[in-house]
Amino acid sequence: MDSILELRRVSKTFGAQVAVREVSLVIPKGQFFSLLGPSGCGKTTTLRMIAGFEAPTSGEVWLSGARIDPLPPYRRNVNTVFQSYALFPHLSVRGNVEFGLRRKRFEEIDARVRKVIEQVRLDGKESRMPAQLSGGERQRVALARSLVLEPEVLLLDEPLSALDPQLRKHVRAELKDLQRRIGVTFLFVTHDQEEALAMSDQIAVMNGGSVEQCGSPEEIYQRPRTRFVAGFLGAMNWIGKIGVRPECTRISRERENGGRAAVVTRCVFMGPAIHVEARLETGESLVAQVAATERGFEEGSAVHVSWSARDEVRFSE
Amino acid sequence: MRRLRTIFLTPAGALMFATLVVPSLIICTYSFLSRGAYGGVERPFTIDNFERLIAPLYGAIFFRSFWIAAVATALCLALGFPLALFIARSGERKNLYLGLVILPFWTSFLIRIYAWMFLLRDTGLINTVLLKIHAIHDPLPMLYNDGAVILGLVYGFLPFTVLPLYATLERLDPSLLEAAADLGSKPWDALWRVTIPLCAAGFRAGAILVFVPCLGTYIVSDLLGGSKTILIGNLVQNQFTASRDWPFGAAAALALMIVAMALLFAARRRGEELL
Amino acid sequence: MKRGLALYAACAYAFLHLPLLILAIFSFNASKFTVWQGFSLHWYAAAMADTELIQSAMNSLIIGICATAIATVIGTMAAYALWKRASTWVSGAMYLSLVTPEIVTGVSLLALFQWSFRFLHLRLGMHTVILAHVAFSVAYVAVVVMARLRSFDPALEEAALDLGATEFGAFQRVTLPYLAPAVIAAAMLAFTVSIDDYVITSLVAGIDSQTLPMAIYAMARRGVNPVLNAVSTMIVVGLGAMVLISERLRK
Repeated sequence: MDSILELRRVSKTFGAQVAVREVSLVIPKGQFFSLLGPSGCGKTTTLRMIAGFEAPTSGEVWLSGARIDPLPPYRRNVNTVFQSYALFPHLSVRGNVEFGLRRKRFEEIDARVRKVIEQVRLDGKESRMPAQLSGGERQRVALARSLVLEPEVLLLDEPLSALDPQLRKHVRAELKDLQRRIGVTFLFVTHDQEEALAMSDQIAVMNGGSVEQCGSPEEIYQRPRTRFVAGFLGAMNWIGKIGVRPECTRISRERENGGRAAVVTRCVFMGPAIHVEARLETGESLVAQVAATERGFEEGSAVHVSWSARDEVRFSE
Repeated sequence: MRRLRTIFLTPAGALMFATLVVPSLIICTYSFLSRGAYGGVERPFTIDNFERLIAPLYGAIFFRSFWIAAVATALCLALGFPLALFIARSGERKNLYLGLVILPFWTSFLIRIYAWMFLLRDTGLINTVLLKIHAIHDPLPMLYNDGAVILGLVYGFLPFTVLPLYATLERLDPSLLEAAADLGSKPWDALWRVTIPLCAAGFRAGAILVFVPCLGTYIVSDLLGGSKTILIGNLVQNQFTASRDWPFGAAAALALMIVAMALLFAARRRGEELL
Repeated sequence: MKRGLALYAACAYAFLHLPLLILAIFSFNASKFTVWQGFSLHWYAAAMADTELIQSAMNSLIIGICATAIATVIGTMAAYALWKRASTWVSGAMYLSLVTPEIVTGVSLLALFQWSFRFLHLRLGMHTVILAHVAFSVAYVAVVVMARLRSFDPALEEAALDLGATEFGAFQRVTLPYLAPAVIAAAMLAFTVSIDDYVITSLVAGIDSQTLPMAIYAMARRGVNPVLNAVSTMIVVGLGAMVLISERLRK
């Protein structure tokens, strides 16, 4: 799999503050690649350095074998879908989508524009103004506007965060579909781990300006390499230096081999499952995920908690 | 609640009625009357005054005033926009630069125009310097012509375009310019295709703030234009003083008012109110 | 592009400020010609010795202070009233007064005064000038105070009422203090506009109420006059200082 975008030890400091710290990434062609991390971890700054809105303090950005970090944004073959979409309010849907093409004076503007508008399913709405569109429609215009220029990489800065939660899941699937159909490399920035896990081919988890781990969703979820990654990607039970996911934690009323004694503190009905919170004799609190059909875990009852060794993750810190 | 508000509004309301409504009615009436023997107004009612206005002699004055005001407004917008752009993009020193534009406005308009008399006349500074360095043999007649009037108007009213344009530029979403660059627009291109179209409201406001006062200008045309340049403002003033033809002057003033109102009406948009 | 803009801005600022600076410099010129012949305060002395000029300045000051005081009060009250509940008529009238060309306002007021003199047995004089100045300044005051009112939370007044204040008491003790900076700025604006007015004043002033702009205008029409340079510089510096001092006070 050849890489299309490479970051080589890219750093960015703002005065005394280090926003991005020696980040190196190799993004393969045609993938849906996510940068995941909490607010302030440097993921947006990294994206902006790839787009050209910030210049790296040190390090290099390479696109398809050529160095792009000295170039201004209008000379890079990458395009950005902004968090607020940044649609031009004085232009119609068509005007927005054509914008990049107009400048280059391409002959088949009309044909290309029509094709992209169909791809994002906005046909019939070309003459509407951004103020007349819904959130989801605006996002599709932003996508169309960038995709019509056939960039080598499409950068998306938290594009789902401006949408209603209901809409988000639906759009999530649509975006993933679109990427697969068109085949353009997507670099997706988000703080929502569920989104990242559901959509990505690969995820780079960032924290405090550095990449803590980079890998497939399964790898990152099941074999986290740092304590932060383990805790960020989903719920985690910590017993000393060992971590176990709630869904791997078994809880039963009978004694089991290797099980530890615990007392139920709370039972929370989550819908598809029940989270049973229990406290071990040694003091740690755990959550065990059980099927919603299970009953009988009352507050104060004595139980046994166990898990298989291969579901453990161990960290030295 | 309502009593206080009514009490507070009454003085202004009465003042506006007395100094705006009543005078307007009087002027309207006078414009249809005839010139009195001793300079006042008297019957019969007539439309002679308006007929005179349309005559080529006075029509030319209106046309010239319009033309000069239009050129001055266009120049104010064209020269004011880059300055507003500079101020909007100057980061921390914005308030300083803005203050420097407003400062001349706080001094006397009359004196500012007089300063140009000092510079432009035959024995003024510019001619003196040019003669000294032998760039010219005879003094350039820079004063007492239409050009001097336009220069004076632009000088006087430039801040009136800078302020609304600056206000519109300030409200511009910076991510729109980033998006333009992202889509391949170089800075100059983005300026024309994104920034300027989005400043339409500022251009409209500036145009109105400059054009109407320029149309009715009196001081600039009198001091810098000399006796050759008679614009509407000079005409009206003359009729009410030296010529003592109040009805005709009233007709001219009314015509000026109507033109100004028509322009304001045509240019207004919802949501752009001052008061 | 940034460098080009900066260069342009420098030229624009030079255009805006040089004429007055040059005027100021030449006000110290010993000679009355446009050739520098040494530093002198001669013209300033001549200006101060001109009694007619001094009288005009006094008149302007009296008119300015009176008109400003009245206009500020009326304008502030009007802005407050309009903020509580809009009135298309009054707002419209004030807007009209702002955008009407000065010459039209001037002749209208002249016509009004002359017509009223048929029954009032008065003549043009300081009082007509003051009234005229109040008439065109009120709108300026209202606009400035209105702008400040837009950022005022009405809940503050309601809280005052809830705690037992009367309507006027709430206005006086809660709203007015908040409006104070804007009222001062508005007063300054009204004062500057009044001091500088020529067109309207010249039409409605009587024989014995010549103002400073009228005196300046008469001198300017006769041609360039070094005494005028000195007067101009004094006015510009005076007004400029007033603006700067009040800006400092506001902070």
